Amino acid sequence: MSTPVESDEPTRRDFIHIATGAALVAGVGFYAWPLVDQMNPSADTLSLATVEFDISSLEEGAQVVAKWRGKPVFIRYRTATEIAEAEALDISVLKDKQTDSERLVPGPDGKLKPQFLVAVGICTHLGCVPLFDPKDSKGGEYGGWFCPCHGSHYDNSGRIRKGPAPTNLVIPPYWYMTDTVIQIGKEALV
Amino acid sequence: MSGQSNYNPKTGIEKWLDARLPIIRLGVDTMIFPSPRNLNYWWTFGAILAVMLVSQLITGIILAMHYIPHPDMAFDSVQHINRDINFGWMLQPMHAVGASMMFLAVYIHMFRGIYYGSHKNPREMIWIVGMVIYLLMMATGFMGYVLPWGQMSIWGAIVITNLFSAIPPEAAGTAVTQWLWGGFTVDGPTLNRFFSLHYLLPFLIVAMVALHIWALHIPSNNNPTGISIKTKADTLNFHPYYTVKDAFAIAVFLMIFSYFLFFKPDSMGHPDNFIPANPYSTPAHIVPEWYYLPFYAILRAVPDKLMGVITMFASIGVLFILPWLDISKVRSMRYRPLAKQFFFLFVLACLGLGWAGAKLPSDLVFATGVDADGHAVGLTFVWMSRLLTVYYFAFFLVILPLLGLLEKPKPRPASIEASVLGTDKGEV
Repeated sequence: MSTPVESDEPTRRDFIHIATGAALVAGVGFYAWPLVDQMNPSADTLSLATVEFDISSLEEGAQVVAKWRGKPVFIRYRTATEIAEAEALDISVLKDKQTDSERLVPGPDGKLKPQFLVAVGICTHLGCVPLFDPKDSKGGEYGGWFCPCHGSHYDNSGRIRKGPAPTNLVIPPYWYMTDTVIQIGKEALV
Repeated sequence: MSGQSNYNPKTGIEKWLDARLPIIRLGVDTMIFPSPRNLNYWWTFGAILAVMLVSQLITGIILAMHYIPHPDMAFDSVQHINRDINFGWMLQPMHAVGASMMFLAVYIHMFRGIYYGSHKNPREMIWIVGMVIYLLMMATGFMGYVLPWGQMSIWGAIVITNLFSAIPPEAAGTAVTQWLWGGFTVDGPTLNRFFSLHYLLPFLIVAMVALHIWALHIPSNNNPTGISIKTKADTLNFHPYYTVKDAFAIAVFLMIFSYFLFFKPDSMGHPDNFIPANPYSTPAHIVPEWYYLPFYAILRAVPDKLMGVITMFASIGVLFILPWLDISKVRSMRYRPLAKQFFFLFVLACLGLGWAGAKLPSDLVFATGVDADGHAVGLTFVWMSRLLTVYYFAFFLVILPLLGLLEKPKPRPASIEASVLGTDKGEV
């Protein structure tokens, strides 16, 4: 064997160093991802993704709470006065600009059902369940919901009107399977 | 550790061991190292914290033998510990009250550090490692409070994990929260992983405490004068002088701990945590444990969600860079007449923020009159939080740097010895 000559040319040893380093980085990545991903929602959690709910027993002016993915979903049967109030609002005053009809989905006949508002009952600030009680004004200053944790007020369309919450109550994906049954967790197939 | 060693192995077996595993040397040099001779009782909280950490580890390991981290059983298993397990009535509150006592001690320890300039050159790394310990304590305390799975547990967990939803969904905010929860909200998977991490983090704290003490052994303790050790006459050996002083303080501290443990075990908690967790009903008034209240007040002081979260984290982050904000060359505020006053205002601001954090934002601190509907109006707690938050940040970012430039400190004694013996006329 001859003595190695000093040279700036890459050698076989440089190649081995780089290849080993690259394999190590990729290997650590492949090893780390399962350790991170195991914390994401598991298959059985994901499989509980839809629920069906019969709204025929609701009374006008009342609200029921459906449970979907461990979260409360408000289903509110709004009165004609409330609907008129929600529709009349000039949305330029809103933090999260949405008209009332943008927050509804059509029934089987293709027409909106403004009497039923369906919204995830979780304050968009820090996740508390806002209160609803039309009888003793616990629903906040705008006739919708009031979050007791940090004082967010929502109107009866679930739109944020006052307080720290950044966005309106989330409308979950849902559709009318029949005139009186909704399925939450899935959108209508168009 | 710093330079020469105080250990001379005498017997053959000690010499044999010292040549192979110098563990006795490590212990001796940790305990027998020169400390300033003028340390006052504010310096005993480090040892108190070490005792509390060991107590938390022991009681925690015991509780884990009986606790069940399952959403259907966690609440009942804590009741089972309290009612059925032998001495469970004592061990469970010892852990829960112990957490409060540990935070009490750590806050005194931190205020002492700020007052006497213990964060300054050459002790910046001691301070920073200490802040890492404090952050780990906050994470550990938070996850521990979730484990009993009462109403405050679950709603505390929901509110705190939702801090990460301040990250916009398009910037992975939703992905982060679902990853933390292991679902679509706080539920069984969250409880189980919090239990796992609550068991892990205290051991990281132990490792960080080792670094904290190691870093302390390089420059030795700061002291009430803030003057560096110059001669041997300025010092006493840690053992027996400060081991005994610390032991006395620990005994007094444990008496206070025992009062709460045996007579008021639930006074630091919230009655709503005796209601099993219900993810469909938020308690009317969610408050965190008392030791997080000032930060909770800062969070609520800001009307914008993302900015509120950023401000809250910044209020802790600013402590990490304190050594470079408090630029005065004089360490101890004993010789800084202005800094001393601003410091006491800062302590009051922290207490005031804690008070505001415990109240509803719209509650009144004091009323100044009534409005047209007859409702009282005046200074609300949210406004008090805002004023105090401004002072909190101004203290670090404006007052301390300016005082470093403008303040005229009082004369310092020539040495620690001179200060103790009163032989130096320079001391005021």
